[in-house]
Amino acid sequence: MSEPAITRTQVVADLALVEFADAHLTRARMAITLVVLGAVVIGVALVAVAFGSVHIDLMRAIADRSSADHAILFGARIPRVLMGAIVGAVLAAVGAALQGLVRNPLAEGGILGISGGGAFGAIVALVVFSRLGGADAAVPICAFAASLLSTLAVYRLAQVDGRLEPFTLLLVGVIFNAFWGAAIMLVNSIVNFYFTHSIIFWLMGSFEAPTYREVAMVTVLGCIGFAILIARARDMNLLSLGDDEAAELGVEVDAVRRTIFIATSVMIGAAVSVSGIISFVGLIVPHIIRTAIGPDHRMLIPASILGGAAFTVAADLIARVAIAPAELPVGAITALCGGPFFIYVLRREGRKSLAL
Amino acid sequence: MKGEAERLAAGDREDRGAREGRTAAGGVAIRAIKLTAGYGERPVLHGVSIDVHAGELLAIVGPNGAGKSTLLRILSGALRPWSGAVELEGRPLGEYDRRAIARRLAMVAQENLVAFRFTVLEIVLMGRAPHLGPFHFETRHDLEIAHAALERFDLIGLARRPIQELSGGERKRVFLARALTQDPHVALLDEPTAFLDLRHVAEIFARIRELRMERGLAVVATLHDLNAAALHADRVLLMKDGAAAGYGTPEEVFTADKLRAVYETEVHVGRNPATGAITVLPGGIGPAGRRDG
Repeated sequence: MSEPAITRTQVVADLALVEFADAHLTRARMAITLVVLGAVVIGVALVAVAFGSVHIDLMRAIADRSSADHAILFGARIPRVLMGAIVGAVLAAVGAALQGLVRNPLAEGGILGISGGGAFGAIVALVVFSRLGGADAAVPICAFAASLLSTLAVYRLAQVDGRLEPFTLLLVGVIFNAFWGAAIMLVNSIVNFYFTHSIIFWLMGSFEAPTYREVAMVTVLGCIGFAILIARARDMNLLSLGDDEAAELGVEVDAVRRTIFIATSVMIGAAVSVSGIISFVGLIVPHIIRTAIGPDHRMLIPASILGGAAFTVAADLIARVAIAPAELPVGAITALCGGPFFIYVLRREGRKSLAL
Repeated sequence: MKGEAERLAAGDREDRGAREGRTAAGGVAIRAIKLTAGYGERPVLHGVSIDVHAGELLAIVGPNGAGKSTLLRILSGALRPWSGAVELEGRPLGEYDRRAIARRLAMVAQENLVAFRFTVLEIVLMGRAPHLGPFHFETRHDLEIAHAALERFDLIGLARRPIQELSGGERKRVFLARALTQDPHVALLDEPTAFLDLRHVAEIFARIRELRMERGLAVVATLHDLNAAALHADRVLLMKDGAAAGYGTPEEVFTADKLRAVYETEVHVGRNPATGAITVLPGGIGPAGRRDG
């Protein structure tokens, strides 16, 4: 008998690989999904650049640097689409990460009141620092600090006997949301009329007239956040089994939780400081991706980044063209889609997936 | 073609079993020395000591609230004791980092709830996490280990199913397979047979027995069922109010006097004529009004 050219181990492994390729996340499935989603993002972004509240001639916009078309394309549309893409990516990735961390598919920055906290921080910073100067830097920093404070408070208050209660978590989030909304209205009623437009902007959520500097700020902070969340993706999978179970599989649970809370708070703070409260993106996008390709966070986080970008750019396109030449706030569009979606997930999946 | 592959697969598993085979009667796998512990101000354990050798099954029995699960949580490193020490393969547990513990010790909790709709294979593959870097995908080797664990616990047909769709017994098998995929030297099982029917209980103990024999796996299991403990365990720790009320072979520990004192009820201790194992039956007033005990 001669040695077989292929070892037994290889035969078993090959059979198992082929037989169960559809039962777990493989590199091939991940690559295909990301390529498809990447193409969708590019497609949606191109459509969103081409259409808007006014018609522009794209050829002239590119050829003639002094034309109004050029000014609209490069001064308004492209930064706006870029902003929509990066903010949507941030919100969806944060939603996916928070859902993994608290084992609750309904957790989301907006729903848990974290975005509301960020908006309050941004508004207070704007009011205070517009007199003192340095508002540009203070607004995102205060938005981040207030987001982090909200995250920690919601998380702490939702614990009952050391366990995170899924429904208590949502209720505490709803209360925080209402509380921050009231605090923002309070600030609105005591400050100069000059601030009212900004305050409404933050409450409604909008990508109106962003600067390239703002886009760059969110992109840098967002990408650092993406890297941190992707590095923790496997830990989030293990956390789906429970805190003790994750620890028993080698996860430093407290350190991971701290890292993700800080990363997501910075990300939400950055997004809110430039675009206000845009709710439900972080709920809808990860849910659709989980349903379509499974809950593995190594796939879910990067796919949510791309899906969030495509979804939000599309929502903003609707906001711009639906009642053109007037505009809807994009936050209203996402909330109009998101509210019914939340109820749907709660009714259909809630009991099943909240089995804690 | 398929038959050939299956034959090769079976042969390979035997090769690997022999290669990795840790001797059945090895050294001390896990040891606890005078553990005291509690939650907040409330003490739960008072100076409990155990040692479990490779290949051994230690059953922890006792009434509800005796501290059985707390002891397991300390052994797994999930809970820090107030005093005393745990040694895993001769070294204090504190000297290992979490991942190093997870490569040596696996725990299966009493409840096996999962937040998202992971498939059975995905759950079982999670057992490979302590062996993989953060960005590493499971390799063929990992998939092969998971496949063998699925096969051992008769889960091949369920590999694609979301864990939420499984029955309690199936789910327990999935979590045991996940623990096996960790390739541990010590397994801690919290009520591995609770709420399962007779056949599933027997199958789970049979699989545990195989693993003890083949790989020298040391097992610590909390059990409510004293008859199962008497039949399957090498040694028994009988606990009451956070302290050891008996520690030794089932013959030494399961005496009518000790059990009566611990459970505060009448018991009848006998022997199963078929297996020779100790049997424990509730005593008291029988249907014919005859006293027993």
